[in-house]
Amino acid sequence: MTAGSSPAAAPAPAAPAPAADVRRAGRWLFRAGVVFLCAWVLVPIYLLMVNALSAPADVTGFPKRLVPGFDPGSLAFFLRFQGVAEALWNSVQVAAVTMVLSIGIGAPAGYALSRFDFPGKGMFRLLVIMTRAFPLPLLALPLAVLFIRTGLDDSIVGLALVHTTLALPFAVLITFSLFSGIPVELEEAAWTLGCTRLQAVLRVVMPLALPGIAASAVFAFVISWNEVFAAAVLTIQNRTLTAFLLQSLDVSPLPLKFAGGAALVIPALVFIFAVRRYLFAMWGIANR
Amino acid sequence: MPRLLPYLLLLPATAFLVVFFLYPFLLVAIESVTRQGAWSLANYERMAGHWKFSAAFWNTLLLAGIVVPIQLALALTMASVVTGLKAGRATILYIFAIPLGISDLAAGLVWLAIFEQTGFLNSLLTGFGLVERPVLFLGYQNPWAILLAIVLAEVWRATAIMMVILVAGMGLIPREYGEAAEVFGASRWQRFLRVTLPLLRPSLQTALILRVILAFEVFAVVAALGGTQFPVLMGETYNWQFTLQDRGVAAALAMVILAISIAATLVLLRLLHVPKEART
Amino acid sequence: MKPRHLLATALAGLLAAAPPALGQALFWSTQAQPIEETQAMREMVLKGFAGGVDYQAADGGPWLTRLQAEVAAGRGTIAVLGGLHGDFASVADALADLSDVDVAGVNANMVALGRLGGAGQKYIPWMQATYLMAASREALAYLPEGADLEALSYDQLIAWARAMAEATGGPKFGLPAGPRGLKHRFFQGFLLPSYTGSMVTAFRSEEAEAAWEAMKELWRWTNPASTNYGFMQEQLLTGEVWLAFDHTARLADAFNQRPDDFVAFPAPAGPKGRAYMPVIAGVAMPVTAPDPAQSRALIAYMLAPETQIATLRATNFYPVVEVGLPADMPASVRASGPAIAAMTTAPDALPALLPMGLGALGGQFNQVYVDTFERIVLGGQPVRAVLDSQAEELRRILAEAGAPCWAPDAPSEGPCPVD
Repeated sequence: MTAGSSPAAAPAPAAPAPAADVRRAGRWLFRAGVVFLCAWVLVPIYLLMVNALSAPADVTGFPKRLVPGFDPGSLAFFLRFQGVAEALWNSVQVAAVTMVLSIGIGAPAGYALSRFDFPGKGMFRLLVIMTRAFPLPLLALPLAVLFIRTGLDDSIVGLALVHTTLALPFAVLITFSLFSGIPVELEEAAWTLGCTRLQAVLRVVMPLALPGIAASAVFAFVISWNEVFAAAVLTIQNRTLTAFLLQSLDVSPLPLKFAGGAALVIPALVFIFAVRRYLFAMWGIANR
Repeated sequence: MPRLLPYLLLLPATAFLVVFFLYPFLLVAIESVTRQGAWSLANYERMAGHWKFSAAFWNTLLLAGIVVPIQLALALTMASVVTGLKAGRATILYIFAIPLGISDLAAGLVWLAIFEQTGFLNSLLTGFGLVERPVLFLGYQNPWAILLAIVLAEVWRATAIMMVILVAGMGLIPREYGEAAEVFGASRWQRFLRVTLPLLRPSLQTALILRVILAFEVFAVVAALGGTQFPVLMGETYNWQFTLQDRGVAAALAMVILAISIAATLVLLRLLHVPKEART
Repeated sequence: MKPRHLLATALAGLLAAAPPALGQALFWSTQAQPIEETQAMREMVLKGFAGGVDYQAADGGPWLTRLQAEVAAGRGTIAVLGGLHGDFASVADALADLSDVDVAGVNANMVALGRLGGAGQKYIPWMQATYLMAASREALAYLPEGADLEALSYDQLIAWARAMAEATGGPKFGLPAGPRGLKHRFFQGFLLPSYTGSMVTAFRSEEAEAAWEAMKELWRWTNPASTNYGFMQEQLLTGEVWLAFDHTARLADAFNQRPDDFVAFPAPAGPKGRAYMPVIAGVAMPVTAPDPAQSRALIAYMLAPETQIATLRATNFYPVVEVGLPADMPASVRASGPAIAAMTTAPDALPALLPMGLGALGGQFNQVYVDTFERIVLGGQPVRAVLDSQAEELRRILAEAGAPCWAPDAPSEGPCPVD
């Protein structure tokens, strides 16, 4: 995929060029490395899909087959499972609200941390980190009591608020490191050209920060998507897909476990695929 | 106004965390230092006195100590690869980012399917005639094999998060810096070491802090692969809270997880101090 | 994927979110968790209840947290709770008194368990099960000579496991000793009472020492991956294990998938008899139930003979009221039914009841047996010393709960003693 990209890629056949040889060897090594890394990531996913798409007898059999038998039985079972469509929709909504909230609240905080020195900054960072460092299952009880009392219980917004608490540290810290990497001079230049602070941020900083913001959006989405415990405690009638499937997955027969695993993974993969472009957005500007 | 601006920007996030984290957290923290309504350290004594506590504590640290450095190296490699690619960059980045979308439970499921006695690895080994009968990888007598399996699964599952943060950070490093170094004859490796790494410091710090904290909360994958033979702090917390139904001791364990997370964070903040000029 | 667009989607979603279904009774249960069983509960068992039931199965953690939260908040949505005896034991204060429910057809012992050691009827027995042995056809070839499958002893079980391990080169006996496995019931209700005739009192006796020595010997021929096992049906189906002990519901899939390949038979006997432990699940009503009349109606519905048979089909748990079973039951029921009958009616049968009166300490009581196993068998610590130190813990728990002895231990005045 890098063929012809560099002048050294076409060495003169007559001239002995050890440097070119080294370069070529290096490039092969690089390619082999890329292939290896891709395989490292993809093979386990492939195996999950093999099991999800095989007949129950194959899933429990030995030796295992390395190609799927294309038996849609187990997967189809999930789609027929009462309430799956509704739960899927709930999951998407909760994840979307979580994403919007965590970036909307987190990015300003990340910007403040990166651009200003002020008393209490250290405390704030610690508070943010503590959020992630404390086991959620213990917080669920007091939160659930709070939610039931205020009527937030069993609602999309209520659950999204809890998931935002989980995603916020990512949003704050990632946007903080991102804004830290963007020279303040760029903003100052914009001010001298007559931009207000807000305009400078929106027109100069934001485009540069987009990949990182996309990254924290992905995190927020995925965190919410895969969260089970709070979802199981805080939603009853409006269950998310994970609360619906994941906790019962643990105790289901093997073929259903794998099919369920795949059914949960696929939407997340589709989402990451949809936003992958943004992870590289404005690459040209960044690389100037 | 400029003096108030940072506080204004932090206000929504702070208010949010106070209501949805600090308030329930304080209730739990109080629970950890009370027993039957009276102030007491009995919960901590009970926790520390349990025969599995020290194993869980050291296992958690050991696992983080092994997994995080491997992930750092791998994430840096992946991020450099992605940044260095000319074509197919978005596709490769997507592939590398895939494990992000995989829940703990699904990851445990996949890796168990690989390592169990009737799993894919044994199918492969027996298929090639390398072993006569399926090998037992996850037996309780070989704790090192269990540890290795957990490390592999964790590295697979949770490296992507660091990688994506680092890729975003690398994208902000102006290319001229690297080109200038090249002009002065710096090798690829030297450029990486002298130019990329120092400029990447804010992203490195963030990636490491987030990853280390999550490493202390590892649970589902360990339970899937290690069974009862590899206790970790988070698993014990779960156990005290729901199986043994002693919320006080569970709260005490949670405070321990919090304490080591904060300690690790402070160390990382100190080690990877982001120089002031980069911030203002 | 512009933020504005996303926000619009999100808001549109909020408005479209379905309002909670009104009138449906929420059945919050730790049972029938596997998705197939949940589905069957909804479609086969609860369809017939007027007004509709929203059956939600949850893991023990969320189940308990939700219930505690509703009680703490003083109002709730849960109409009926489903759970094991042990699930209810720790939340007695959250359960409304159901003394006025008609339980005439239900076994009196079980009804007594439902009082949780207090005066009011805290839960109503709903369904029952027990634990059995299961073997694949391959395993039967190694059955020791002279051993009768219907009347196996622990020594014969050990010899059998050993014969398989030596013949095949790998241990083929499995125990559900993983984090989700029910190994503590094997020690409490099967192994120890079979050797000592007691669950608590003789915990550190010489007979108990012999029981744990036997356990160590059995473990030598047990698949070491057992510490990862939770549901033995999986390992039986994969062939990783040929012979296993587990809860009937956790063996069911093996019989249902390959009915001709597996047999079920009673648990083994020791010097003091063939100990076995029943499993009892119940239904209860939280004090915060939104419509108590509806909850009571649903509880009564669960006891109807047709519901009980449908429940057996769905969950592999047996009825608690007298009913005649139709012939077309699932393979698992046909396999385990006769084995249960053989075990409970055997001349040396020794029922060991579920712990009574321990309340929230039930989990810690179980942990004593699990810790004893892990220390003696996995950790290789000396049997005598471990039993002495775990007996201390057992005494503390029983004293704290003030629980008198239950069968097979002789009734006691005050907390059950550990000799």
